[in-house]
Amino acid sequence: MISAHLAYAYPELILAVGALALLVVGAFMPKQTGLVGWASVLVLLAAAVASATQPFGVAFSGGLISDAAATFSKVAIYVASAVAIPLGQPWFERRGVKNFEYPVLILLAALGMGMMASSGDLISLYVGVELHSLALYVMAAMHRDNAKASEAGLKYFVLGALSSGLLLYGASLIYGFAGSTLFSEIAAAAGNEANTGLLFGLVFVICGLAFKVSAAPFHMWTPDVYEGAPTPVVAFFAAAPKLAAMVLFARVLGDAFAGAAGQWQQVLVAIALISVAVGAFAGLVQKNLKRLWAYSSIANVGYALLGLASGTSDGVQAMLVFMVLYMIDVTGFFACLAALSRQGRSMETVEDMAGLIKEQPGIALAMTVFSLSALGLPPFSGFFGKVFVFKAALDAGLWGPAVIGLVGSVVAAFYYLRLIKVMWFDGSTGATDKPPFEAKAIAIVTALFAFPVVILALGWLDPLAERAAHAFGLA
Amino acid sequence: MPLLSLITYAPLAGVVAILALKLFGGSEAKSAETSKWVALIVTLATLALSVLLVARFDPANPGFQFLEETPWFMGLSYRMGVDGISILFVLLTAFLMPLCIMASWRSIETRVHEYLIAFLVLETLVIGVFCALDLVLFYIFFEFGLVPMFLIIGIWGGARRVYAAFKFFLYTLLGSVLMLAAILFMIGISGTSSIPELMTYSFAPEVQTWLWLAFFASFAVKMPMWPVHTWLPDAHVEAPTAGSVILAGILLKMGGYGFLRFSLPMFPNASDYFTPLVFALSVIAVIYTSLVAFRQTDVKKLIAYSSVAHMGLVTMGIFSGNAEGEQGAIYQMLSHGVISGALFLCVGVIYDRMHTREIKFYGGLVTRMPVYAAVFMLFTMGNVGLPGTSGFVGEILSMTGVYQVSTWTAILAATGVILSAVYMLTLYRAVVFGPMTNPKLEGITDLNWREVAIFAPLIVSTLYMGVQPNSVFNLTQASVDQLVRVYQAAIGG
Repeated sequence: MISAHLAYAYPELILAVGALALLVVGAFMPKQTGLVGWASVLVLLAAAVASATQPFGVAFSGGLISDAAATFSKVAIYVASAVAIPLGQPWFERRGVKNFEYPVLILLAALGMGMMASSGDLISLYVGVELHSLALYVMAAMHRDNAKASEAGLKYFVLGALSSGLLLYGASLIYGFAGSTLFSEIAAAAGNEANTGLLFGLVFVICGLAFKVSAAPFHMWTPDVYEGAPTPVVAFFAAAPKLAAMVLFARVLGDAFAGAAGQWQQVLVAIALISVAVGAFAGLVQKNLKRLWAYSSIANVGYALLGLASGTSDGVQAMLVFMVLYMIDVTGFFACLAALSRQGRSMETVEDMAGLIKEQPGIALAMTVFSLSALGLPPFSGFFGKVFVFKAALDAGLWGPAVIGLVGSVVAAFYYLRLIKVMWFDGSTGATDKPPFEAKAIAIVTALFAFPVVILALGWLDPLAERAAHAFGLA
Repeated sequence: MPLLSLITYAPLAGVVAILALKLFGGSEAKSAETSKWVALIVTLATLALSVLLVARFDPANPGFQFLEETPWFMGLSYRMGVDGISILFVLLTAFLMPLCIMASWRSIETRVHEYLIAFLVLETLVIGVFCALDLVLFYIFFEFGLVPMFLIIGIWGGARRVYAAFKFFLYTLLGSVLMLAAILFMIGISGTSSIPELMTYSFAPEVQTWLWLAFFASFAVKMPMWPVHTWLPDAHVEAPTAGSVILAGILLKMGGYGFLRFSLPMFPNASDYFTPLVFALSVIAVIYTSLVAFRQTDVKKLIAYSSVAHMGLVTMGIFSGNAEGEQGAIYQMLSHGVISGALFLCVGVIYDRMHTREIKFYGGLVTRMPVYAAVFMLFTMGNVGLPGTSGFVGEILSMTGVYQVSTWTAILAATGVILSAVYMLTLYRAVVFGPMTNPKLEGITDLNWREVAIFAPLIVSTLYMGVQPNSVFNLTQASVDQLVRVYQAAIGG
């Protein structure tokens, strides 16, 4: 019987087998880090193809769901993970850390994220979350000679464990009151108005997930971890895990608590608006670009949550489009940072970027594009993401939160503009090193996606996301 | 051949060519020189195409012409078209751009390629604003225009350029995000983003009020209306000459165009309801900013405040809701585009030579620069609204329109004409006449051939529009009549 279910889990199987096999290869041939790296990229791409072609259905007694939403998010997650390998491995090697664990950990994280995206009950939810989190904790501390990186890894681990605790506590409450861990049965138990016990559990689960997407007021770890962790690792975990956690959010709210939308909507609106406000105001005083972008990501997650808070299928669709576009932006921005150094020293503060347009016009232009896109200025991809989110929110009658969110983006505009000002208006403070090819290439390609490719890409991204959104139980 | 898209994106061909020159064009100085010629030729070609557009335009048809439509995502479309109102702004933009390039020929010495690219991109965006017939497409053009202008002020501006650039950007952005919310809301309830369809869609009156306010927030900042005009003097003073010309000549008109395209036809009841508010703000703008202009010690700041005062007359005319008022407002916008552009160029001439804009620094220029004195005189008179110049036609018509709706408003606004004479003539006397007391001015030279070439078309159009207003009215008549008819029918007047 089990074999019939395996067809729904090909992507997970490919990743699990691939990760373990490459671990063995790495252990016996520790010099072959390049081989492990490229093989991991192939494994991820194979998993992406498998998830794009897999049949839809429910496997393992409802624990694993294969539907349009799972396909949509898994392809995005696997591709984003694949990009992180050529970006990160050479970066580590240039800093004297030659290892094969990095690509293997990315494979394991991708496996966990894929499980999150297609989880159908609380157990697979938790296993997925833990698998990807544990991989990320290690990756944050991977630059082990660096005190800041170790601190970041430890901080991430302690706070992440706390959030897992909240998640688990909420999950056990839900199980206790619903009598099942399956989302479909929880939905039947919750009906159109969940009882207090279920609601209590749901709030804890929302808190735990808010930690993972770094939404305020559960965002405290984000700036420290972003600042301390190695730049290419940040490029990875600022992108794909956020999408995975958002899709998981949609799974819990849209599958298990679809009927009770009126009850969780206010919680999400509150989290979304606090995130937008924290991201906008706290970002104003940041000097370190990685911290700055951490606050920017808090604000952007706030927008994505606003889409989800609409409680409609359109809202989920908006969230999916927004997150995919945001992932590309944030990967590109951190690729720019990974590409820049001055006499071997990483350039991480806003001041370091002075006159960058003269030193590195290509990268400076790409960073300008990402800043404007994160600010939500047309015609860059971030604008279209915001159009989707705010339209969904307005259609759902959330015009107050939508206006507050938009005004928040004007506050945040100041720090994006300051970065542009430093790059374009100020004089250079010294020559930069020649940027490594792979980081520059990723930066340029993602920038070209942010504009102009996005104009065409929206034509097919929109219907795909629409189909994905219909997989959830929301109207 | 999609003529509108061709006009809109023609400047981008220049951007590509200049980028290629920058990357592969050899020495910086030499390729910069070639780039200037490329930019000039491209903007002239755009002008030629816009003239062709006007020639092919059918003035009897009040609707949109040269329509283009391609579906996009989420039910949006790439939709372009012009009517009798927008076509003139396309022409104005295409007309001023080559002059801006020529005006920057010698005064911009650093990062010339980037400067030209910023201007060409700006031209594409501004023309796009006037041609877009889809709400979101309009917003994209409207909003992205901030970026090139931000760079123009911030990189090539004066001493406080960073402050001015940020103020310009954030002020305008705050206004336009509210408009974005309104746009998405409108698409949500009407189910279409097509501007022509929305112009005939009737929103419920209570909805109209909120939508009107959201659009007003954006256009009032852009216009700019009192009391949200404070970004304009800073932006003007710090911007390079050509930047000021574009800002005063075209970017401000996007606000007036927005009122004509969105506020009046889409929210007629709200427009009617808020007319007293607009009149009050406009009257304050006319009188207050005229007085403020009189007290300025910086030539550019004075002209910037005078722009705010003149825009007060425009908003008044627009919200009068009758044919005279609309025609007057449109005419005033075109005329102001030419005259204020010319005045900023006049300031640029002496600034290039002396590198100061202090009024006190100058005096008695007529003895050294007779040609300049004559040119400056003409545009001073145009700004005051002397009959025979284009300024007169716009002012008299918009005031006629306002008079029919609110006598007091028209009477108070008329004082603005007197006040504009006061500050403009004072400025002119201080700079051009009187004894030449400043020894530094002894060596100042008169206009060179390039400057004469810049001013010649401006002089011709100011005078031509002053004596032949029908050439413009013929184009706008049908569209304005329809606008007024629909508006009056909606408010039951």
